[in-house]
Amino acid sequence: MVDTLSATIAAPSALKAEIKHLSFYYGDHQALKNVNLAIPINAVTALIGPSGCGKSTLLRCFNRMHDLYPGNRYAGEIVFKPGDVNIVSPRVDPMEMRLRVGMVFQKPNPFPKSIFENVAFGLRLKLIRDPRVLADRVESALRSAALWDEVKDRLKQSAYALSGGQQQRLCIARALAPEPEMLLFDEPTSALDPAATAHIEDLVYQLKDRLTIMIVTHNMQQAARVSDETVFLYHGEVIEADKTSTIFENPSKELTAEYLTGRFG
Amino acid sequence: MIDTARLISRRKRQDMIFNVLGIACLSLGIVTLGALIFDLAADGMSRVNWQFLTSFVSRRASQAGVLSACVGSLLLMLVTVGLAVPMGVAAGVYLEEYSRRNWLTTIIEINIANLAGVPSIIYGLMALGVLVHTFHMGTTLLVGGITLALLILPIVIVATREALRAIPNGIREAAYALGATRWQVIKDHLLPYSAGGIATGTIIAMSRAIGETAPLVTIGVPTFIAFLPPAPFQSHFPFLTFKWLDSPFTVLPIQMYSWVSRPTADFQRNAAAAGLVLIIMTLSLNAAAIVIRYRLRKRIKW
Repeated sequence: MVDTLSATIAAPSALKAEIKHLSFYYGDHQALKNVNLAIPINAVTALIGPSGCGKSTLLRCFNRMHDLYPGNRYAGEIVFKPGDVNIVSPRVDPMEMRLRVGMVFQKPNPFPKSIFENVAFGLRLKLIRDPRVLADRVESALRSAALWDEVKDRLKQSAYALSGGQQQRLCIARALAPEPEMLLFDEPTSALDPAATAHIEDLVYQLKDRLTIMIVTHNMQQAARVSDETVFLYHGEVIEADKTSTIFENPSKELTAEYLTGRFG
Repeated sequence: MIDTARLISRRKRQDMIFNVLGIACLSLGIVTLGALIFDLAADGMSRVNWQFLTSFVSRRASQAGVLSACVGSLLLMLVTVGLAVPMGVAAGVYLEEYSRRNWLTTIIEINIANLAGVPSIIYGLMALGVLVHTFHMGTTLLVGGITLALLILPIVIVATREALRAIPNGIREAAYALGATRWQVIKDHLLPYSAGGIATGTIIAMSRAIGETAPLVTIGVPTFIAFLPPAPFQSHFPFLTFKWLDSPFTVLPIQMYSWVSRPTADFQRNAAAAGLVLIIMTLSLNAAAIVIRYRLRKRIKW
């Protein structure tokens, strides 16, 4: 049933990743149960569902963030293209996946360094040392994150001198600088005011031409505004995954309709 | 209305009482310290002069000085901090960032906490038995430094761990998410951000070590040293030498102790003067460390 669903989302050639029978365990607690999904390339996929449904857990599988903490275990596959790398295989180095898949977190978390150094860190990890190349790449990343005009005269200043919304765009620039193939957003606007939220949403919408985006959000309107595909998770299971317009206007599952209309969650 | 006014005045009175109590406790400490320093200064100030600072010990109180003790204390601190900080920081980083929680690390943690409570003379006995008697290393600056380094190691480890714990986890996740290795996260982020806290711990540890007498007496540090250790620099390649590590030494507290035990008033004055020099040295080392910490913190822009 779920397999046929993923087939309807997009033609196989246009996939960035394919999740096959993915389960995830925090110690004894199973947080994801046999997830099957197709993630279309150059599109925004939104993960929605009530708190504790496993949407952040699923997102953090893509860059192996779970490996940072003991007792976590993956089962199944996330086939990442090109190259058909199984992201969650123990044989795949988490470092390699994190260079290919960037992440933006819920709370803006810039490093307590200068604006320039924040964006340059990912580039230095890729052994880019030439100051001119660094400066160019930092500028283009800041431009992509729509922050360049606001910070171009104060690149040496602390990242903590920026407002919350600017800090979050700086974090997006930092994630974009090493040119990842995919970007994960974990509730990127939950700590921001409406104006800053609108700014980030515009950005997400623009960025999908260049990379594949997955976004976890608690905000239904946000999912409807920015995403092409929406996945509804509940208790670690995918209840429904489809085009965003279909999910919001004509969901096929009772549970999805109830969640979207605010009857629980 | 009246009730509110009375309520507020009562609360203000409580506030006032605590304020006075706090100031009283604070002044008790400061007055005691001030009285001690004043007493030392009254006794010893007349002896603190160039002659005192540049002379070796002597049988005649008026010709005696603290040169070898001063140099000994400073070099000993250099060895102690030079050993304790790298070891303590490495141990703290390992415990906080690398080790998994299991029974072994729990035992290690409990032992570090216990180690901080072990009397310093026990460290002296350990050094005497292991370093001086078993390994025949003699009572040298290196042995003294190792002894005091072990003594302050728990303080440095605990300070390192606290400083690392104060770094928000989001910073670690951000760095890892960019594809950094554990060592890159530690070197480029965690150590720079925790350097201020580690420096504070080191200052406290150094203040304790510089006044230590018991473990040094135990390993047999003499009171009568009428020469300086060889200089650490030389005119020919490789310009640095570590021969001074192998040199006998004495330190200010021991010098002071030996003078205090003399019956004549002249030597008592010398002891007070040595105490003053020790206090000034401690405060200047602390000041230097605080300046370094300030510099470190200024580079971090929270």
